[in-house]
Amino acid sequence: MAILSSAPVLELRGISKGFPGVQALSGVALNLYPGEVHTLMGQNGAGKSTLIKVLTGVYTPDQGQILLEGRAIQPSSTLDAQNLGISTVYQEVNLCPNLSVAENIFIGRYPRKRGGIDWAGMQRQATELLERMQIRIDVSLPLARYPLAIQQMVAISRALLVSAKVLILDEPTSSLDEKEVELLFNVLRGLREQGMAILFVTHFLDQTYAISDRITVMRNGEREGEYACSELSRLELVNKMVGASSSATVAPVAAPAPSAPSKLTTFLRAVGLGRKGALSPMDIELRQGELLGLAGLLGSGRTEAARLLFGADRADSGSIVIDGKERNFASPRDAIAAGIGFCSEDRKHEGAVLELSVRENLILALQARTGILRAIPLKRQQQLAEEYVKALGIKTASIETPIGTLSGGNQQKVLLARWMATEPKMLILDEPTRGIDVRAKQEIMDYVTALCRKGMAILFISSELPEVLRVSDRIVVMRDRKAGGEYPRGALDETSVLQVIAAGDGHE
Amino acid sequence: MNSVRHPLFRPLAALVLLLLVDLLLVPGFFHLEIKDGHLYGSLIDIANRAAPLVLAALGMTLVIATRGIDISVGAVVAISGTVAAMLIGGASTADTPMAWALCAAMGAALLCGAWNGLLVAGLGLQPIVATLILMVAGRGLAQLFTDGQILTVYYKPFFFLGSGYLFGLPFSLYIVGAVFLATALLMRKTALGLFIQAVGINPVAARLAGLKTAVLVFFVYVFCSACAGLAGLMISANIKSADANNAGLLLELDAILAVTLGGTSLAGGKFSLAGSVIGALIIQTLTYTIYSLGLPPEVNMVVKSVVVFLVCLSQSAEFKNMWRALRANKQGGAA
Repeated sequence: MAILSSAPVLELRGISKGFPGVQALSGVALNLYPGEVHTLMGQNGAGKSTLIKVLTGVYTPDQGQILLEGRAIQPSSTLDAQNLGISTVYQEVNLCPNLSVAENIFIGRYPRKRGGIDWAGMQRQATELLERMQIRIDVSLPLARYPLAIQQMVAISRALLVSAKVLILDEPTSSLDEKEVELLFNVLRGLREQGMAILFVTHFLDQTYAISDRITVMRNGEREGEYACSELSRLELVNKMVGASSSATVAPVAAPAPSAPSKLTTFLRAVGLGRKGALSPMDIELRQGELLGLAGLLGSGRTEAARLLFGADRADSGSIVIDGKERNFASPRDAIAAGIGFCSEDRKHEGAVLELSVRENLILALQARTGILRAIPLKRQQQLAEEYVKALGIKTASIETPIGTLSGGNQQKVLLARWMATEPKMLILDEPTRGIDVRAKQEIMDYVTALCRKGMAILFISSELPEVLRVSDRIVVMRDRKAGGEYPRGALDETSVLQVIAAGDGHE
Repeated sequence: MNSVRHPLFRPLAALVLLLLVDLLLVPGFFHLEIKDGHLYGSLIDIANRAAPLVLAALGMTLVIATRGIDISVGAVVAISGTVAAMLIGGASTADTPMAWALCAAMGAALLCGAWNGLLVAGLGLQPIVATLILMVAGRGLAQLFTDGQILTVYYKPFFFLGSGYLFGLPFSLYIVGAVFLATALLMRKTALGLFIQAVGINPVAARLAGLKTAVLVFFVYVFCSACAGLAGLMISANIKSADANNAGLLLELDAILAVTLGGTSLAGGKFSLAGSVIGALIIQTLTYTIYSLGLPPEVNMVVKSVVVFLVCLSQSAEFKNMWRALRANKQGGAA
């Protein structure tokens, strides 16, 4: 390949970075050549973000070297990295929506003319810059007037203005629709022809294969490997990301057998449940005493499905039927009233109220249901708290300790107890065991399976395939914000789940 | 070491320190005497004068606990005072029965609160901007009511609210005491206190736990305006007139200061009603001290700003880190 014959424009050698308690990166290498789109892939926590932050000067690596055109560099800030020629466009566009497109592109480096700002010149240059990407818009209008995809382009053209040699795109497509993604990719292809080195971070397999020349896979803070995109099958890629035993020769998964009429009572049935930009319409059924696993990579629509079922986001299509009655959840409150509980994947921001005590966190949902005026007597609160601290083995100095001082696993147990106290009929657990130690993980899963045996309907979401396979009675595999099939217990093993995930439309 | 200090330790220490200064420098500061069956003295005077501020601070505490702020307190003071004075009228008998006048004034205050609550909880405006609207419009409205004139009231029973005595103590102290107790009980005996803190600390988690966050936020703004309305009645009864231009001017800033002095963080979450009362007393004592020392009143502003500065510093995480680093350096150097 021609691109490999030239020297890399950016070279990372043995980059390591540790944080208290975690080694985020260990000895990572990366080569980025001019005129290529290089995709960085890996599961959550694989170290992608840390690597990007090292590259852009947010973090200083503990070890290792960054070479830009053969010269060692040590970017000390994003601005510094930018001046060196490494520009980054982030997932959330960090521009000023109230300023004009032209101003956004030139902010901080307005062209000058006779002591003042050369507004006319700025607009002309901005128009030219955008035209290089085949975008023709009125650059004098405020940025907020344009869709997100155009805003991304503006962010890119701003990055290009600093005569960047390396362009980093950190999950630029996560809030774009298909057409907008195509527009963005056209721009990237154009830039690639002009010799730009592009590092692209994404969770989407389809997009990876649509645009990349090469792929670097990260796992557990290490570089798993670097591959030419054309030589790596989807299955191999997914295998490498999750670190499953690689065997590309397994037989394709049989189409899901028509599930036998279940003896279990249906608790909730959703038909065509979906939300634009988040989840393609899908059917899902939860039964009493059954644990339904949602498998899939991050960004595959698992969390989105959970949030729609709980009323945290509003569905714009489909219907939910509980006990034969159609329900329309306008808020989590409605879902709670219908007997549903939801442990969010983001414990810190969406679960724990860090400064409140274990007791207060534990009774919060129950109290919300009983109402503001009917306060649960303090005695009863303490009794409930003590009960669950004991039942779940929560390690805390006392029930009056702020939850923020507990370890992650114990916080998670308190949040689980928060829902248990409301005696729900259905529990949604989104990554309940993420970031907690092995023992707490085991205890939580044991407790959850026991609940299920007692008749609760459980929706279990996890990135850890072995865990999903071990505990689920039924599995729905999610892929690219769609349901990719439903399978009974035992029909799938790790490899076949990966195959389902990897089976993109029209590829195999 | 000072591992777990009571949250009221700092505000109480500040108040005690201030009182110590008064003990040393202001002769007869702690002297109390009974004249005509009424208790008189500097301490009573301070408590009496602090009453409207305490009320405003109580309302502000709950707003701040939800991560909000209400800068329309002074305007609501002007509105409620004006409405009451206008309805009672400038004669020695009341045009409207006083009870009706007071109810109308409180009704106007509640309406103001509902407006603020609607803007913040319903439309999602930033609290400072949302309440800025009423801060400007409210005082203007009050001035329109009175044609920009000071409306003097001669109806004696009205004055009781501001300067009356009951069982030897100023009547205003009973009002403040009752409001404080009622609020504290409301926070303790219902789940309101817990919910307000939860919303202030983590609104997303609160919503996912099933709280009606918008209703809660709406309520605290209504409550804050009700407190301000009551303070407005007290102030206008005390000055025996409705002064739309100056009544309660900048009271919101003193209330915010009182809340922060009392140990409630402007970032929301945990709050202390008792702390805010102490904060208001600190401010009033400070003012009183400066006057008694014979310093020019302008000094008061400067001293207050120094206090604000110190409070802000004590809440700044950045400053704490710098301070810690400095101390660690020193110890390292000595070792």
